[in-house]
Amino acid sequence: MRKPPEPVQVIKQRRDEALSKLVGRVPYIQYLGVTFDRRGDELTAVLPYADKLIGNPLLPAIHGGVTSAFLEITSVISLSWAALWDDLESGELDGDSTAFRMPKTIDFTVDYLRSGLPRDAYARARITRSGRRYASVHVEGWQDNREKLFAQATGHFLMPQPRYDKS
Amino acid sequence: MSDKVNIARQFMEAIPHSRDLGMVLTEIENGVATITMPYDERLIGDPETGVVHGGAVSALMDSCCGAAVMSHPSNPGATATIDLRIDYMRSATPGQALSTTATCYHITRNVAFVRATAVDEDTDNPVAMATGTFTIEGQRR
Repeated sequence: MRKPPEPVQVIKQRRDEALSKLVGRVPYIQYLGVTFDRRGDELTAVLPYADKLIGNPLLPAIHGGVTSAFLEITSVISLSWAALWDDLESGELDGDSTAFRMPKTIDFTVDYLRSGLPRDAYARARITRSGRRYASVHVEGWQDNREKLFAQATGHFLMPQPRYDKS
Repeated sequence: MSDKVNIARQFMEAIPHSRDLGMVLTEIENGVATITMPYDERLIGDPETGVVHGGAVSALMDSCCGAAVMSHPSNPGATATIDLRIDYMRSATPGQALSTTATCYHITRNVAFVRATAVDEDTDNPVAMATGTFTIEGQRR
């Protein structure tokens, strides 16, 4: 007889725990206040508005560097999350994702399409190519309207080699 | 302290995010700007090594490029980033301040072209380099 599926709460708890450990251990993500919403394996990054994020006090607008950082964080966490996912689902990895090292950014190019308004921002990354060593990511950022991006970016990343024993 | 540098400092301090990160504008003249940012544990991207997050480096480089554009003699007013590419050549050494120098090397009626280099104390070995394009705002035609 087949093993009965795990209760949904157990699965959710394991996934959420892994995600919050992944995100919670990076001080810079905490400093900017970025959080992640999860639907299955899909992540949406949220940047809640704060006064310290302003780069142009006259408009006012979010600092271009903050926008860039937000999209880069979204890319790095989405890549790490995708790399963790299979091991997390197979049960090889429990909620303890500290065994994973972050991908390193090789280059990152941001298009600033509109000025960032003084309100919450959202972003989602699509991994366009994921190899053993290199990965390419496209990421979109928006505020009030999903169709009206305020910024988009592409980046290349060097993937860390897994440290934990997979044998 | 000269008036020019004094004005530049006040300008930096008027930008909430730059002020929050402790950025200091040390040089600004004729399309060239230099900004330093102290090491800060809030900016760590890799908790195992203490290396600063790439995003913090991009905030520094974006500010510096914008300042370089504004200081160019043929720029009539403000500017906004159109696009900025950053190449991360090595990890910044934990505990060391970062310094970026940006040069606005070409400017047209509508667009400014900028290059920037970020270094830590090992100034011969850049941490990151950036190329960007910026808008020219505030002109009357």
